[in-house]
Amino acid sequence: MVVKNVVCPVCGGSCEDIQVELKDNSITVKNACKMGNGKFQEVVSEHRIKDPMIKKDGKFVKVSWEEALDKAAEILANSRRPLLFMGSETSCEAQEVGLHMGEYLGGVVDSNATICHGPTCMGIQEAGLPTSTCGVAINRSDLNIYWGTNPLASMPRHMSKYGLFPRGYWTKRGRFDRKVITVDPRKTDTAVASDLHIQLQPNSDYELLNALLTILNGKTPHHSVEQVTGIAISVMEEMVDMMLEAKFGSINVGLGAGSSFGKHRNIEMALNLVKELNNNHGTKFRIGALRGHCNVAGFNQIATYLYGYPFALDFARGYARYNPGETSCVDLLREKDVDAALVLGADLVGHTPADSAKYLCQIPMVCIDIAPGPTPSGADVLLPGVIDAFECDGTFYRLDNVPVYFEPFTDSPFDFTKSNEDTMKQLFAKVKELKEKA
Amino acid sequence: MAEVKLTPNKEIDLKVEADVITPDEFAGKGKSEIEQLLVWQGPSQYPLSDFFDVEGEGGSSAEDTTIVINGDVSRVKLIGAKMTAGKIIVKGSTGMHVGSQMAGGEIVVEGDADSWPGMEMTGGVLHIKGNAGDHVGSAYRGSWHGMKGGRLIIDGNARSQIGGGMTGGEIIIGGSIENFCGIRQTGGLIVVKGNAIRAVGAEMSGGTIVIGGNIQKFTPGMQNEGEESDLEFEDIKCSGTFKKFRGDFAIAKNPKGIVYAGKETNPDL
Ligand code: SF4
Repeated sequence: MVVKNVVCPVCGGSCEDIQVELKDNSITVKNACKMGNGKFQEVVSEHRIKDPMIKKDGKFVKVSWEEALDKAAEILANSRRPLLFMGSETSCEAQEVGLHMGEYLGGVVDSNATICHGPTCMGIQEAGLPTSTCGVAINRSDLNIYWGTNPLASMPRHMSKYGLFPRGYWTKRGRFDRKVITVDPRKTDTAVASDLHIQLQPNSDYELLNALLTILNGKTPHHSVEQVTGIAISVMEEMVDMMLEAKFGSINVGLGAGSSFGKHRNIEMALNLVKELNNNHGTKFRIGALRGHCNVAGFNQIATYLYGYPFALDFARGYARYNPGETSCVDLLREKDVDAALVLGADLVGHTPADSAKYLCQIPMVCIDIAPGPTPSGADVLLPGVIDAFECDGTFYRLDNVPVYFEPFTDSPFDFTKSNEDTMKQLFAKVKELKEKA
Repeated sequence: MAEVKLTPNKEIDLKVEADVITPDEFAGKGKSEIEQLLVWQGPSQYPLSDFFDVEGEGGSSAEDTTIVINGDVSRVKLIGAKMTAGKIIVKGSTGMHVGSQMAGGEIVVEGDADSWPGMEMTGGVLHIKGNAGDHVGSAYRGSWHGMKGGRLIIDGNARSQIGGGMTGGEIIIGGSIENFCGIRQTGGLIVVKGNAIRAVGAEMSGGTIVIGGNIQKFTPGMQNEGEESDLEFEDIKCSGTFKKFRGDFAIAKNPKGIVYAGKETNPDL
């Protein structure tokens, strides 16, 4: 049977128009990009983690669900300061259980933003976020700026679905009604398809943004900026002119802006640029981040509305405290300042610096995941994951922070859990039982 | 003056938050009362004596109390936080947030200090004889107001975001620094004897920064205002000739921030 309007759980695009046809051992997928299709094939993959496992003498042995869950609960309940990493490859509903469990245990709860767009969240905290949904950009934007991102590789359908080609109310001719500027040190496919490519020196985004604002404020930037950024001031002025000529501009920032040197200061400056354009120059702009993983925005949203901070929440004192660099996962692991971990739906070992990853594999670790990889290999207890949007329902937040409710097209392959949310709830109940006994 | 000596008595695994180590807390307390003060390790609280051997007792007031920490406390955070008077001498290195929000008194750290020393301090003297991490005297995340008063002296190097959001007081750094020194500064003085990498005085709209050494990547929103020699800021003197800049014009139409950069060390500016 063909199922329509399935949500893709791969990147922040949360495309909701996927069609699938699931047969015994194969799946046919329409509308998804290559990346999306790859994940849909997981549902029939042989690699799937199917059994709960516990590491004994360095080797995984299959155990019953109850035994694995007991062991996992024991690790968390006995920890003096656990790290709960609620990855982006799962629903807000599952992440929410993790936040509450972190509060209950006095642990630290973090998510993928900490190794991804965390600096973007921090920049927003410094300067505020003048933004809109992608829908507004589709209907209005006559200038698209891709800053430090190559969506053709990282969010393949961004240009066709949200950014460049869609025909909107005031942009009836789609691409022909829009100009594109790409700011990237590399000559990417996106850069080649642009009207203006600002090929700046790596790690000079802050200086370029600062210079653009200086030009907007009627001054000529200090001459050294040409050498620092590799861009002539005349080209910067051309860019400013294009921005001032636009009726509505849409800036899409990627990790090239948020995670090159300067980090949250780059984003803060980009936000200041948007505010200045909106306030004093007779044009309107919005800015948004191209979120890489499917529900990476979701954790930031629910953590913020539940506990006040977007990531790196430390519950040691019973209430949430937040200080990236101190309460963030990479730093806590590097500093050996946690003594056990739960990792849900993220390959944390593969995506943290070597020192942090090494320590993570040394401490007792519970992992909930769907397929083998560095993190499952480093775990002491491995609980099979359920694939959100394929096998259970729930909520993701799209790149523009719009919540997208998804429904499954098949069932959880396990009789012991319906979803990652279910697994987390069962685990939390066991943890509470153990804690109350003690 | 009464002196309390704290000697670390074990290796600390998970970091400890000891915001009770201040002359204000110790004043008027005897040895056993000080031993029973509670510190945090993760979500649990333990008596101070679990981590330190205590000798001596507090004076009659904070002003009258000196605390000497005899050893390395680089895994202890918040020493001297919010203190208003008295003195702390650390004969080793400290963890994060030493002298955070301090309002008076004096802290001397003989080793290094981790990030956030003197965060949002309003008075007193914080002297670090070794190196310091990031956010020296800066604002807490999301806040626009950093150090308001007092003096912060670092003999060695410090890293990034020094004096972020600073509105008053002085920061004097003997060595070199990295990025975003004086970001969003609106008042006060930062003097750096060594070099800076990038974005000195970025987004500043008031206050003064002096960089004696070389600035690798200059802030584009700075406008040249000529030269000045042998600068004097009350008791702080900076000899030599400096190029003078006003900024940051990226953030305001009429900013009043001043950056002085050594003339000989910055031939390209
Ligand atoms: S663009 Fe992203 S959400 Fe859309 S199909 Fe591709 S991977 Fe899935």
